[in-house]
Amino acid sequence: MPAADRMRVTLFIPCFVDLMYPKVGISIVHILERLGHTVECPEDIACCGQPAFNSGYWEEARAVAGKTLRRLKDAETVVIASGSCGAMLKVFYQELFAGTSDAPAAKELAGKVFEFSDFLVTRLKVEDLGARFPARVTFHDGCHGLRELRIKHQPRRLLSQVRGLELVEMPEEVCCGFGGTFAAKFPMISTAMGEVKCAQAARTGAEYIVSNDSSCLMHIQGLLDRQGSSVKTIHLAELLAHT
Amino acid sequence: MNPAPARQFKTDAGRMSRDLRHRELIQVALGKYSVIRDRTRSAYQDWESARDGASAIKTEAVGHLDEYLKEFAQKLEDRGTKVHWASHPEQAREIVLNLIREKKARCVVKSKSMTTEEIHLNEALEKEGFEVVESDLGEFIVQLRKEAPYHIVFPAMHLTRGEISDLFARELGSPPTTNPEDLTMTARRVLRRKYIEADIGLTGANFGVAETGMISITENEGNARLTCALPKVMITLMGIEKIVPRLEDLALFLPMLAAVGTGQPISCYNSFYGGPRQPGEADGPSEFHVILLDNGRTRLLADPEQRDALHCIRCGGCLNVCPIYRNVGGHTYGTTYSGPIGSVITPHFRGLQQWKHLSYASSLCGACTQICPVKIDLHHHLLQNRRNASRQKPSFLESLAFRAFAVLINSPGLYRFSKTLGRFFQRFHPLVKGSTLDPARAWTRTRDLPPIARQTFKEYWRTRQ
Repeated sequence: MPAADRMRVTLFIPCFVDLMYPKVGISIVHILERLGHTVECPEDIACCGQPAFNSGYWEEARAVAGKTLRRLKDAETVVIASGSCGAMLKVFYQELFAGTSDAPAAKELAGKVFEFSDFLVTRLKVEDLGARFPARVTFHDGCHGLRELRIKHQPRRLLSQVRGLELVEMPEEVCCGFGGTFAAKFPMISTAMGEVKCAQAARTGAEYIVSNDSSCLMHIQGLLDRQGSSVKTIHLAELLAHT
Repeated sequence: MNPAPARQFKTDAGRMSRDLRHRELIQVALGKYSVIRDRTRSAYQDWESARDGASAIKTEAVGHLDEYLKEFAQKLEDRGTKVHWASHPEQAREIVLNLIREKKARCVVKSKSMTTEEIHLNEALEKEGFEVVESDLGEFIVQLRKEAPYHIVFPAMHLTRGEISDLFARELGSPPTTNPEDLTMTARRVLRRKYIEADIGLTGANFGVAETGMISITENEGNARLTCALPKVMITLMGIEKIVPRLEDLALFLPMLAAVGTGQPISCYNSFYGGPRQPGEADGPSEFHVILLDNGRTRLLADPEQRDALHCIRCGGCLNVCPIYRNVGGHTYGTTYSGPIGSVITPHFRGLQQWKHLSYASSLCGACTQICPVKIDLHHHLLQNRRNASRQKPSFLESLAFRAFAVLINSPGLYRFSKTLGRFFQRFHPLVKGSTLDPARAWTRTRDLPPIARQTFKEYWRTRQ
């Protein structure tokens, strides 16, 4: 790869990916390095501030988001392993910091943040990562990625190149019921929504539910485990790292 | 302590979410609807441009509401209609009651109108001893059950044919049947007599056309036409936001309302009413009254951030796609307007602190915003309601929790320390998992929680440096 095409990618690892799904981050590091890019990861930021923001506590959200915003100021390109946190950085920071001195920084950040699958397909124009994953899978669109960032074809393009993989779509794009603090504030509604999602996925006959959002998968896998289901969940990055 | 509507919502939502029979009924019905709707939408050359067009017309109408309302009222009055203005529900109810008393009426037949639900008109009329008959089949059914409409377009969608048969047998003495045609005929036999007996026909309005001074009513059963045509006096209750500037605007709105509302290319009957019977005309009501209702709408108009909620054409599309609505059902909301649009506007109409819980009862998935034919930014308005609610009256505990979280997450040392603490305590978690002693019970009652990894990403990253 010519040095000019080599990118310096700043990886933003959200707290729950760091603590519970490290493999997702490690897979992204491996994939990006295999493609010849340099990966860096600021160690002192861990959250986009979405829980407080979504709960309506914008001042408290700015206390977290402000640090993340400033730490990512000098980044060339920011890649994020979650459509939801990605939407927070790309879309909602501009609202959160509107009218503050950080507004220009939020606008600048929006232009250089990419959700992982979008970064590969749209920015790097890479679809075939040489992955092999012989299984029948279905894809769950995380709502923030789908509707705030308009990520729909990117993960499917990537999956279409995976050896041995068969993608079976679910009939509807419907929320899994996670919704951040919603899952704890209204656990019964959240659970019912998740059960509907799991049933839709089961009807496709898929062995795996793939998504580009670990938060949705944490909720879905949590339900599947409790149901004793044999269906498993896997993050897109982990799947693509399988060779 | 949470306000009563919040407690009621939480209790009912918990019960309905576990009701598998209800879940199956609604998922199947709305699953079929979404297939038909998408087929109808695919006949549009460019659905997104149609949405842009509809949104632009409504932005214009709502942005100049004062002028268009004046024009609308003037045109109506020019042809002999009496226009009434009501700021509050009681005023609107009083106007209707006075008209009934003035005409010495006894029986009122109604076509479907959510605005009359909003002002609780039926109860008010019945309390004064007048008979009110709903003529829309779904509304007729829920009226017999003494229930509020379950959905703004499909009022009785929560009932099976068997339940409707039982209801008709009990209330109307008809023989049991699950044949939809027979059930419809039973209702029709009752209703046809009522149209003739009624002294007053009361309707809602889907649109009010400023340019021509006309009410536009959309329906599938022909009941609204009979409600307007047979009784001597016609009353229409309409929210002030239902205005469109020009008649030609309906060329866009009528098909879009049908497409998202029911999946039809166009509804069976779309009728325009321009006034009472004119000299030389053979039929129609001899008197026509239009009541224009505010009831909080001007408050919404004054909010530049959420003003677009007044674009709503009450198609019910956002309810149909909402995964929360699909699981908790229409009655759980405890509001006239349920689903996402109800969660957005009810706090404006009836108080933010009392009704903010509806804005929190959302995963913010955005399916509502995506379907809305007039492009109301519904799920972002839910976020704004949350922001406004906690700004106005912050919860001390929640604010404290988020402040503590900020300190913890911003300090790498504290973050590492809490990780160590978490690892220590999670060893004992299986002992209390899902029980009332479990601090994570809201999650673990129905879901497993993954443990903190043996090596977190940050720990992995350190080993690489």
